[in-house]
Amino acid sequence: MKFTEEHEWLRIEDDLVVVGITEHASTQLGDVVFVELPEEGTTVSKDDEIVVIESVKAASDILAPLDGEIVEVNEMLTDEPSKVNDDPMGDAWFFKIKPSDLGQMDDYMDEAAYNKLIG
Amino acid sequence: MSEELKRTPFYDMHVASGAKMVPFAGYDMPVQYPLGVMKEHQHTRLKAGLFDVSHMGQVVLRGPDYTTTAVALETLIPQNVVDLAQDRQRYGFFTNDTGGIEDDLMFANRGDHIFVVVNAACKDKDIAHLRAHLEPKITVKELETRALLALQGPQAEAVLAEYHPAFAEMRFMDVATLPIAGIECWVSRSGYTGEDGFEISVPAQAATDLAKALLAHDDVEWIGLGARDSLRLEAGLCLYGHDIDESTSPVEANLVWAIQKARKADGTRPGGYPGADVIEAHLSEGPAQKRVGLLPQTRAPMREGVALFDQAQGGVEIGRVTSGGFGPTLNAPVAMGYVHKDYAQVDTEIFGEVRGKRHPVKVTTLPHVTANFKR
Repeated sequence: MKFTEEHEWLRIEDDLVVVGITEHASTQLGDVVFVELPEEGTTVSKDDEIVVIESVKAASDILAPLDGEIVEVNEMLTDEPSKVNDDPMGDAWFFKIKPSDLGQMDDYMDEAAYNKLIG
Repeated sequence: MSEELKRTPFYDMHVASGAKMVPFAGYDMPVQYPLGVMKEHQHTRLKAGLFDVSHMGQVVLRGPDYTTTAVALETLIPQNVVDLAQDRQRYGFFTNDTGGIEDDLMFANRGDHIFVVVNAACKDKDIAHLRAHLEPKITVKELETRALLALQGPQAEAVLAEYHPAFAEMRFMDVATLPIAGIECWVSRSGYTGEDGFEISVPAQAATDLAKALLAHDDVEWIGLGARDSLRLEAGLCLYGHDIDESTSPVEANLVWAIQKARKADGTRPGGYPGADVIEAHLSEGPAQKRVGLLPQTRAPMREGVALFDQAQGGVEIGRVTSGGFGPTLNAPVAMGYVHKDYAQVDTEIFGEVRGKRHPVKVTTLPHVTANFKR
């Protein structure tokens, strides 16, 4: 598993990468009340704002960590946004992306480096 | 050039409770505790929430007698102060020459003086305003050595009744001096959450003892500013500087209920406060825009600043959200804002633009959640 400075986690699953936010990020956000997901089939570039998460406090964006195509989104989060707080590292993944260059994964941190970042 | 943030007497207790502290109106205040905004909100609606509101301004106005002081205060606010019964409290607002609202306040008839509570962000301005217009006949004293707590929620009465039976006898907007855990407090049966509850003014040196005594009850938890905001939003209550300000008249703001008959054009003491002519004109002709409740029809919260349109595409901007977010009790997004008078009818469908997309919004009455006051 890899981690971004934006507190996303990336997990390789066959030729896809599953993306979610970390436990740390979900705690910082507070109670999530709304998630807006991209449409399946959308082609995205790294750093595009593709997901909006609204907590009771504020709205924040999730950036595309890689270039590629969104092949699946987690519709469950639309009905149950609080899953982001309950199980951020598991059930509450946001989308699966088919990367055009898996080499972009190398830019990201491993778990030890991420844990150091959040101290 | 950040100014040093002020602290209330409860600061160390907040930090020890694990609160997340944020700057608010010049004070370092708890925005949430480990419970989190959602659970804090629900706790207040179901049990009893304890709020530190010591940043608010507490002021005593004292003249030769109550009526003289009341007549003087009536030159600054459009409320009926003179006829307010002893040990009763009322909501009001300072107006300006253009009919706008300079701040909102609570005032109480305490027999030989008037006790006033004003917003933290406005208190210096308000006190200067009171001094400029009321002194020397009336003395204006800011009580800097008193803290203020609010205990809000359906269990608030039971908690306080353990200290004195008179708490249970108080009705909404009654004021009394009563002991809690051996500490003499000034108590009003009021608050800003839409729940039954009490506001408790306490000498600063006894403040933490009082808070500790209240928190020893199983039903009482600290509640932060985050939940205070969602609670008052569901209750349809205005946040000064957001839902009302120096440019909004009380008529636009849908606060006509707070201007008693005696102070209206056909009353016994009409006008005589700043901007009375503008406010009277709004009262007789109706204002161009009006504050309304807004219920977004999708799950997307609409926050302050969201523009409101008459059409799903194109059309014209007909208003703006002034407070909005998620309502934990309604389990849905809730908002309030100003709309052009032609769109202020209940059930009118309008559209709010969030991140470039328009979502339907229904105009509704306030409050969003029925108040549980003990009338």
